[in-house]
Amino acid sequence: MRENGKDELNLHTDPRFKIANREALIGVALVVINFVWWFGFAYGLGSAPVEEYTFIFGMPAWFVFSCIGGFLLMVALVIFVLKVFFKDVSFDEEEHNS
Amino acid sequence: MNIPVIVSLFGFLVLIFAIGFWSSRNVNRKGSGFLQEYFLGSRELGGFILAMTMIATYGSASSFIGGPGVAYTQGLGWVLLAMAQVATGYFVLMVLGKKFAIIARKYNALTLVDFLRSRYNSKWVALFSAFSIIIFLFSAMAAQWVGGARLIESLTGLTYTSALFIFAVAVLAYVIIGGFRAVVITDTVQGVVMFFGTLIILIGTIIAGGGVANIMSDLMAENPNLVTPFGHDGSLTPAYVSSFWILVGVGVVALPQVTVRAMSYKNSQAMHRALIIGTVVVGFIMLGMHLIGVFARPILPGVEVPDQVMPMIAMEVLPAWLAGIVLAAPLAAIMSTVDSLLLLVSSAVVKDVYINYVKPDASIERVKKVSFGVTAVLGVAVFALALSPPDLLIWLNLFAFGGLEAAFIWPVIFGLYWNRANKYGALWSMVAGVFSYVIIHQFYPDPFGMHSVVLPVVLSFVVFVAATLVTQPKHNLEARA
Repeated sequence: MRENGKDELNLHTDPRFKIANREALIGVALVVINFVWWFGFAYGLGSAPVEEYTFIFGMPAWFVFSCIGGFLLMVALVIFVLKVFFKDVSFDEEEHNS
Repeated sequence: MNIPVIVSLFGFLVLIFAIGFWSSRNVNRKGSGFLQEYFLGSRELGGFILAMTMIATYGSASSFIGGPGVAYTQGLGWVLLAMAQVATGYFVLMVLGKKFAIIARKYNALTLVDFLRSRYNSKWVALFSAFSIIIFLFSAMAAQWVGGARLIESLTGLTYTSALFIFAVAVLAYVIIGGFRAVVITDTVQGVVMFFGTLIILIGTIIAGGGVANIMSDLMAENPNLVTPFGHDGSLTPAYVSSFWILVGVGVVALPQVTVRAMSYKNSQAMHRALIIGTVVVGFIMLGMHLIGVFARPILPGVEVPDQVMPMIAMEVLPAWLAGIVLAAPLAAIMSTVDSLLLLVSSAVVKDVYINYVKPDASIERVKKVSFGVTAVLGVAVFALALSPPDLLIWLNLFAFGGLEAAFIWPVIFGLYWNRANKYGALWSMVAGVFSYVIIHQFYPDPFGMHSVVLPVVLSFVVFVAATLVTQPKHNLEARA
């Protein structure tokens, strides 16, 4: 059980993993936002009878907001978190070259 | 027979061959790094190539042939379901992200199995995961080959057997010759073709249908359910559609063909670029392809075999020469999925089983021979299986996805983010995930109205945590604190 103790210890202390852990949490947060938006518009607007649908660009509003809007929102959010929160780190050990 | 279509498809195959040969120079040049190069392209992938190879690998026959076919039947509800896949564009790379890349380098891991073996320090974890990869990816591959052969069959009018033969020879040739680098570079070409192919067919379909508003009113005149989120007969429930977030959204993080790419990027800038490109391209292709399926309905009513919707609509709405070029997109999707799977199954056999446990002292020359040989034998075996193809393409493919996700999602996630995770948790969670998935899939599909992958994922989570906590020795915790 302890044969790879050295690796485990490194996994604990390596400062790059603080960054990596935070970025993984951002990924989880984005999926939650994505799901709520997607679900909310699809079933919030889409559950009405078809006669009461509003249409945008010829398509039902639920579809435009949920699928097209949701997609564009996620692209914007991904670009935003990359610029603001994501940090460059080296993938190699210090002693190796990059 | 449609000559312009065949000519452009043939041109595409020739281009792919050329790339395979070109890449083979790299395999031979780096003699000592053969494994690293053949199975991982020497971890040199830049952002654009990384994004494209993930998309091309993931966007398979089901997204290009099966998916639009189901969307044709179900209407906009199926497009909604397909959009769960936007999450794969960013989630996989953010979650595996830098940590997986750093640890894979530290362990010198070339495959998902390498990572699990080093992380959990267990022969049984390694063997069971190699076994799962071989079984499930083999069935995924068979589904893809059937799709590829059907496509060639419907475009050229050749018999199914000869279509399958052409497809098999083409794929085998460039994988055996070029290895991972050939696969990712051809993937990139194929990803670009997929992107523009989707765009062109979508525009052509909208024009042929007389505009979006016109298509929508035709759909509503036929069956109002087609424009609701609930499917043509109201059978797509929110629970069922949402459960696909696990199968085709977040669960994708555990697919070996995806994780292996998260080991191969050059640096963190490459990863950042891939995140943006990947999200844009995955979202666009999924939205576009499935919309084409829906929009095709008023233009081509009464298509009996949904799998033929894509090829038929392309030939209907585009001039023949353009249809030929664009139809290279689904063929590209299928080929690029197949080549990755083929390489992955052979890496499981060669690297994870043969080198680790059968002949650890094998020479480079011998490993090379075994690698080429295993790849070739696997290809022939899939060919034989695909000769009498099973009917439901998309479901066979999703069966493999679900099985791998049930097996690997927690060993990968906990392996990275839970320091106490140990080999007992990993092994029992894989066993519980795989067997419960196969049993539920066979005997009790869609429990509680959700896809059959959901319960095994929950179960393997519980088993992982329980087995880890029960087997955690006390001194282990103290030593670390």
